[in-house]
Amino acid sequence: MLTRTVLRSRIPNLNRLLHSSSRISRQLFDPSTVERVSEDVDVCIVGAGPAGLSTAIRLKQLEQKLGKELRVVVLEKGAEVGSHTLSGAVIEPRALDELLPDWALRDDHPLTQSATSSRMRFLTKSLSIPIPHPPQMSNHGNYIVSLSRFTAWLGNIAEEIGVEVYPGFAGAGVVYTDDGSVAGIRTNEVGLDRLGCMKESFEPGMEFRARVTLIAEGAHGSIAKELIQKFDLRRNSDPQTYGIGLKEVWRVDPTQYRPGEVVHTMGWPLDFRTYGGGWVYHMADGLVSIGLVIGLDYANPYLSPYKEFQRMKHHPYFAELLSGNSTRIAYGGRSLNEGGLQSVPQLYFPGGALVGCSAGFVNVAKIKGTHNAMKSGMLAAEAAAAALSQESSSGPADMSQYETALKNSWVWSDLNEVRNLRESFHTPLGIWGGIMYSGVDSLLLKGRTPWTFRNRARLTDAQRTQPAYRFRPINYPPSQPPLSTDLLTSLTLTGTNHAEDQPVHLRVRKDGNENTALRKLHVQRNLSEYAGLLQRACPAGVYEYVEDETAADGWNGHKLVINSQNCIHCKLCDIKVPTQDITWTVPEGGGGPKYTIV
Amino acid sequence: MRPSAVRLLNILVPIKRAVDYAVKIRVNPEQTGIDLNVKHSMNPFDEIAVEEAVRIRERLKDAVKSIKVVTIGPPKSAETLRTALAMGADSAVHVEIPDSAPSPEPLGVAKTLKALIERQKEGVDIVILGKQAIDDDAGQTGQMLAGLMGWSQATFASKVEVNPEQKVANITREIDGGLEELRCKLPVIITTDLRQVQLLNEPRYASLPNIMKAKKKPVEKLTAAELGVDITPRLETIKVTEPPKRVGGGKVANVDELLAKLKEAGFTGKRA
Repeated sequence: MLTRTVLRSRIPNLNRLLHSSSRISRQLFDPSTVERVSEDVDVCIVGAGPAGLSTAIRLKQLEQKLGKELRVVVLEKGAEVGSHTLSGAVIEPRALDELLPDWALRDDHPLTQSATSSRMRFLTKSLSIPIPHPPQMSNHGNYIVSLSRFTAWLGNIAEEIGVEVYPGFAGAGVVYTDDGSVAGIRTNEVGLDRLGCMKESFEPGMEFRARVTLIAEGAHGSIAKELIQKFDLRRNSDPQTYGIGLKEVWRVDPTQYRPGEVVHTMGWPLDFRTYGGGWVYHMADGLVSIGLVIGLDYANPYLSPYKEFQRMKHHPYFAELLSGNSTRIAYGGRSLNEGGLQSVPQLYFPGGALVGCSAGFVNVAKIKGTHNAMKSGMLAAEAAAAALSQESSSGPADMSQYETALKNSWVWSDLNEVRNLRESFHTPLGIWGGIMYSGVDSLLLKGRTPWTFRNRARLTDAQRTQPAYRFRPINYPPSQPPLSTDLLTSLTLTGTNHAEDQPVHLRVRKDGNENTALRKLHVQRNLSEYAGLLQRACPAGVYEYVEDETAADGWNGHKLVINSQNCIHCKLCDIKVPTQDITWTVPEGGGGPKYTIV
Repeated sequence: MRPSAVRLLNILVPIKRAVDYAVKIRVNPEQTGIDLNVKHSMNPFDEIAVEEAVRIRERLKDAVKSIKVVTIGPPKSAETLRTALAMGADSAVHVEIPDSAPSPEPLGVAKTLKALIERQKEGVDIVILGKQAIDDDAGQTGQMLAGLMGWSQATFASKVEVNPEQKVANITREIDGGLEELRCKLPVIITTDLRQVQLLNEPRYASLPNIMKAKKKPVEKLTAAELGVDITPRLETIKVTEPPKRVGGGKVANVDELLAKLKEAGFTGKRA
């Protein structure tokens, strides 16, 4: 057995690795033999976003009706409530009005900026042409907020009303009963080193055994993915499709600040085949939110969402907005769902249900999903309370009433009206076909059509990626600070970090298998067919295909390097990698971005 | 011969809620300070102090009676106390200041701690705190407190050994030339350092079961006025600005050009 002194002389910098506990004597963590602390609760909610918190608040409000106390626990992987929440955002207060009718009387509420105008512009390389927009996009009565702040505010309200919110603890996996129904959630392990061995600080995750488990992880949640597969929740619905939203918040020059102005753009820098568009929202306090959403069904693997966003800022319209005495104060990114009604899966499973964007209720025409997410949470709470009030029932809670209630609610009619718009962009006419159809459907027909476009071929975003040989590399201009910067400079603004010595949370895994051969195949297919798509697509610089002749898991002198510390939890890789062999899992809780104003 | 009765040790750990180390800070538009609307967490040096207190108890077992943590801060600082309780402290004191009040200065903190220590009926034997806070980098509180109390102090500690029977602590300090070993009589003030090569300790995680238990541990709320201490700042911050942006360097083609640029910049040569 090597002694410490021998090792120290042979390997430089080992001092930093050894700390106080000897690495050699660490044991590999074995999940099957570990003993976990277990806690019984009534409802366990994974995710403290608008949906999860609305569910929790509604449950506590129903306590009085039920006549008994409910123990409601919300787990949140971000360091604080709101740390992992990012959105445009212009929100429709419809659900908030129902949840907290007196919200305007609270003196710390964040809805301080009303949307005062709503415009759409078509961008060419140098022009910005005003165009009419679908009536759903008029923002009368809506508010421009930072969703991160809004969520933090909801989190305070939830805690006041008695919800147990635990930020810094991720929902890592599902606890099943013997008959395969969902019995609760287990949190992440802490104190595992990079090889999966237990450090001195090791503590196993604990289990929350709940009669009702609600998943509110946001778009493409990791537990939601597992449950959708296990219970085949998509058997009657289309696959979910997504967009990636990249965002910055700027403090603009006072001459450029027009509070309440809402602008959406289409066209440049995206070509007619790529769905997407930009936004400019003038928030409160002299801040402006700008961003670009790109449909993840894009075909060209050379596309880099980050670089598209950076070059969009050099368009005269944006360059003027950001000119003068302006400072960029935030950057971030997150996937959002675009599949609409046709992609909503079955919402309930034995023992629980999906709420919010984990199910997928974004109204693509309005570009809003918060109101539907919150309402879905409230309806789930009502169904859960009903299920819990049946004291004598044995077996897993039946949440089917939630799905019925949702289909009879305004969420369904909200999504029904716009159900054909996104799918109309999936023709060879690209955005022109989509704009023409959407114009007619939204302005004249308002969704009252007998037809519903379906994704009959069940093509996912990953499958719509085409091989690189069909395209030429896109020549992005170099960054020109202060307007545009390189990716790592932007990344520091997210405040993202993960404790270094922990297992890499981005797994090269397919059908549950991980091995060197799979990694080699990943590198081979991604480099030879798709020009290393992940390296261009990830908005945090996590993935790199680097030259390394000696790597055991490399191909043709290249290997995949995963800089998981940079990850901002946007889920793009899991959605878009053409070989579908990246599985996003939760890292130790408390890591990831530290958003406050996005 | 029976051993003489040893009074059990009471440890006090002052902690501070500071801006999280991973946050990219910005100067606020009024240029009076930094934008505080960002993530805060326990000062990393104070985390080490809490961990060291818990380890002292693990080493000495029954000789330690209690570990009390204290913070002086706005209402949100209660979360920081809960984390310390989850790491192993027994009870907490929150000296609450309003959200709008400025962060107290080291002298104010030291005076408050003195008042608090004098209030403890069972006395305090060891005060262990971080050597500095990462937001103001003052590094003064421990030393000022030792001066006010007239106690021994060992700052920048990288190793602590307490001997309760003899009422001394053997402490290794980090100094410029290397390490210094001190023997201090109790009561003692120790400030903890963060050493690159060998950490004093690696703070444990506050596990979720411990956080849930910590909710039941007592937190005493006080104000500075109740302690009879005036913590109004004595220093006025006039202006806070970012450091000047780095201007890019330039390449010169030959020595003559280098001399010309040096002259432009105001450097003149003198014959030796």
